[in-house]
Amino acid sequence: MSRRVLPLAVVVIVLVVLAFFYRGLSLDPKKLPSALLDKPAPMFNLPQLHNPAASFTPAEMKGKVWLLNVWASWCAACRSEHPLFMQLARQGDFPIYGLNYKDRREDAQQWLRQLGDPYKVSISDIAGNVGIDFGVYGVPETFLIDKEGVIRYKHVGPVSRKDWREIIQPKMKELEG
Amino acid sequence: MKIKALFLLLAILFAPFLSAKEAQLNEDPEIKERFKHLASELRCLKCQNQTIWDSKAGLADDLRKQIRTQIYTGKSDDEIVEYMVDRYGDFVRYKPAIDIKNIFLWIGPFIFMIVGGLLLIRYIKIRKTTETSEDNETISEEDRLRAEEILKQGGDK
Repeated sequence: MSRRVLPLAVVVIVLVVLAFFYRGLSLDPKKLPSALLDKPAPMFNLPQLHNPAASFTPAEMKGKVWLLNVWASWCAACRSEHPLFMQLARQGDFPIYGLNYKDRREDAQQWLRQLGDPYKVSISDIAGNVGIDFGVYGVPETFLIDKEGVIRYKHVGPVSRKDWREIIQPKMKELEG
Repeated sequence: MKIKALFLLLAILFAPFLSAKEAQLNEDPEIKERFKHLASELRCLKCQNQTIWDSKAGLADDLRKQIRTQIYTGKSDDEIVEYMVDRYGDFVRYKPAIDIKNIFLWIGPFIFMIVGGLLLIRYIKIRKTTETSEDNETISEEDRLRAEEILKQGGDK
């Protein structure tokens, strides 16, 4: 009996291991799931980029589904998602807020003047501490936050049109209810 | 004498690795030690195969500052690691904690070893019993006589 079971067991084990390899090696280690998923977005109170005297806090956003886009003028990949955000801002269905991360105020303002400003409000996180609270490890990162202030989705890297169409937009529509 | 020389040699060899990060000269050696220990246990997520201690990325720099500040505000090592895990997930640990999600990775090799060992023992046992039973196989008197005859004939030639 064992003469037949043994080779079968070996084949099964090898197949299982191969399946793990297939799955494991096709994942991108740079794309980590957010530890904050389905948790309340961290609270903060930061000055606005264009008007440092005024501040912004996510508490103001209660009752709205919104995107928080973490960007910087020194971030090359941010340029590739920028046209999409410009288009979304023109359509005006969902508000996009920008968290300007570890940047210089003048550089950031210059960048927005040159390429256009898709953000309803730009927030200045010069020290990067709010970035740490959000678990930001690479820009750009985009957080989808629901009416209750809970983080529903996190996108690492530039948002492509496909990401928007297939993942983020449907999620936002669903959350809008 | 020889041992002293060896220590000196090692100290010289490893000196470049000790280059103080954000050197703070008058810092309490105990705090320095804790800082170094914590920073070497946490992964820099920007350059994933480096610890926060080793990495030169801007993020690692910020996180080192964060660790140092938290040590000074009296947080325990566990609290600081928890702070990082809360924000960056389990992946931030260089030494993963043992929990329900990864328990199989920790004990898997031992399970394989035990199962493999048991199979080996069984295999050896089966082989032994089949061999000995062949040895003890009794032959009929008739066959024995025939065999003797054949041997005798062979001897004559």
